[in-house]
Amino acid sequence: MSRINRRELMAGAAAGVAAAALAPRAFAQGIPTPTPEAGASLRLLRWVPFVKGEEEAWNANTQAFTEATGVEVRIDQESWEDVRPKAAVAANVGSGPDMVMSWFDDPFQYPDKLVELTGLAEAIGAANGGWYDGARGYAVHDGRFIAMPLAAIGNAICYRDSHVKAAGFQEFPTDTAGFLELCKAMQANGTPAGFPHGKAVGDGNNYAHWLLWSHGGKMINEDGTVGLDSPETRAAIAYAQELYKTFIPGTESWLDINNNRAFMAGQISLTANGVSLYYAARNDPATQELAEDIRTTNLPIGPVGQSVELHQTTSISIFNHTKYPQAAMAYLAWMYDTARMNAWIEGASAYCCGAAKGFADNPVWTSNPVHAAYAKASASLRPNGYAGPLGYASAGVMADYVLVDMFAQAVTGQASPDDAIATAAKRANRYYG
Amino acid sequence: MAETPKRANIWSRLAESRNGLGFLFMLPAAAFLLCFLTYPLGLGVWLGFTDARIGREGMFVGLDNYRWLADDSVFWLAVFNTLFYTVVASVLKFGLGLWLALLLNENLRWKTFFRAVILLPWVVPTVLSALAFWWIFDSQFSIISWVLIKWGLISAPINFLGEPWNARWSVIAANVWRGVPFVAISLLAGLQTIPQSLNEAAALDGATSWQRFRRVTLPLLTPIIAVVMTFSVLFTFTDFQLIYVLTRGGPVNATHLMATLSFQRAIPGGQLGEGAAIAVAMIPFLLAAILFSFFGLQRRKWQQGGGD
Repeated sequence: MSRINRRELMAGAAAGVAAAALAPRAFAQGIPTPTPEAGASLRLLRWVPFVKGEEEAWNANTQAFTEATGVEVRIDQESWEDVRPKAAVAANVGSGPDMVMSWFDDPFQYPDKLVELTGLAEAIGAANGGWYDGARGYAVHDGRFIAMPLAAIGNAICYRDSHVKAAGFQEFPTDTAGFLELCKAMQANGTPAGFPHGKAVGDGNNYAHWLLWSHGGKMINEDGTVGLDSPETRAAIAYAQELYKTFIPGTESWLDINNNRAFMAGQISLTANGVSLYYAARNDPATQELAEDIRTTNLPIGPVGQSVELHQTTSISIFNHTKYPQAAMAYLAWMYDTARMNAWIEGASAYCCGAAKGFADNPVWTSNPVHAAYAKASASLRPNGYAGPLGYASAGVMADYVLVDMFAQAVTGQASPDDAIATAAKRANRYYG
Repeated sequence: MAETPKRANIWSRLAESRNGLGFLFMLPAAAFLLCFLTYPLGLGVWLGFTDARIGREGMFVGLDNYRWLADDSVFWLAVFNTLFYTVVASVLKFGLGLWLALLLNENLRWKTFFRAVILLPWVVPTVLSALAFWWIFDSQFSIISWVLIKWGLISAPINFLGEPWNARWSVIAANVWRGVPFVAISLLAGLQTIPQSLNEAAALDGATSWQRFRRVTLPLLTPIIAVVMTFSVLFTFTDFQLIYVLTRGGPVNATHLMATLSFQRAIPGGQLGEGAAIAVAMIPFLLAAILFSFFGLQRRKWQQGGGD
């Protein structure tokens, strides 16, 4: 502990010196602002942007940083599934990008290869209403910040308002029991729901984790042992089986894009997705009517009594092989400045939900009623591999679709719930055991 | 300066000697094979014995990965899927390919046109044809389901990729569609090397067309069949793109092949050592296929029309 205290002290002292030397308005919030090394330049590896506005806002903030400090920042983009191997290689080889914008538990694959950000992160969090617990969970390793929480790519239920009303529901149900009734009624009306039970990296994992967590189940206990075999997991499976009966047939083969296609074609009237589904409908002149009918809401609350979801989560880390750690920290401090971060979140038009509570006031969440549900992504966020520690095992289990397969096996009747749980627990044990 | 004549001397001696020259000519090919085939293969085998993760060198763990896999039901399912996929698809490709080759070897009208058309599935990049099949097998928008519903033969769309056995047959169908042209065109080339006179002589001796096929064509075609089918089996066994686009190994791993499982564990999962072990586990099967075709199908006696 004494080591951390000393580091924090030094970070604070450095910030004090820097603030005294430069003392511009931006530092009024007490965020430490390291002075970039002379002649510094940086490389950031990030995932390919989903939205043009997000990319533009990020690049504009970066451009302003370069103009203010003289530090060039090169931004390399990789498709979102390729960021993990690239970043892992960079971390372990000790060269390549200085910073990475990565997904989920990636920083926990190489925690000792990252620059500690505790001082900066605590200050940024404090200046913006505090980090959400889930976002913090993806950033803190052994009490130290190894990553700066960035955003959750929100997942929410998208539904056809007219079809839900036609099924006899004026209000969208907020609990799992009511939700099942709604799905039954919608199926009876010929406007069914559909959630992917296939190997959909994003949507499939989101749905499976919500099923488990909303019923109080968990893959891993706090002590890192597999805790899947529980009455709560059985309840989750029983619920999934009932819900599956109301779906359009074929969801067990769905990959990430299938629910979007089926929704756009009017084959299903309810699914869960990012805000991209709404924008796909709105940007196509042929589907204006559909876009007008789309409403969004958060996935219903189960017996666990609170809203819990996986979401796609991203954070930024600095590799300790960087020659310019101060410049990298200065870059983060710059980008996380409240006004600039808000400009970025606004540019992302509801794709990215900020990781600190203060960003919930961003006007983007009220600019369109469809956006509102996505504002709560960071609040309902829970790290994958809950409630155990993050690391190789949590990443391996999710990449191997253990939870997705468990529900798919049980709902399609390929295995009894007990066998599906036993198989999944055994597979998880291979990583955690 | 004194060294130059000596070096020139060695050089010229090497260049003038028959063996030396042969060695020089082989050198680029040998270097190429070493760098791009032997080294990666050796590295893969080595990784299979380590607990390497992406970007992190592993420690030697002996047979741990293999013991681990032996206890993994998903791995054994992938082995079964791979064998089933390879055997069924290869048999179908051989049957259809030979049949097509025989047809195209007849004096059809538009022969060149048909021969060109046959090649199309082979020419289209695999990922593109796989995407087309993805739509054809879609659980909502399948053209096959749509037609059958219009004809009143079925009332609900067929769950092509959602039901394990449907999914297995669907990916096999896509693989066969893609692989038949290669077999057909190669066998057609083989057929055209068979002298017409042999068939004519057999016909004069009163052989029926089945006898001519069985006793003349097939034995002479066997060496080509052996080579073509070896390649075809290898391509099928190591198939990746088709599965990755269509199902990613789903539903519940029912179409996971060893190649796709190896990728899933090694790259997105980060378990490089385990992924390498799965890839290495494919080698015995591939060797067996190669040995079978070379020693099983290339027996001289059979080629010359004798009994086994």
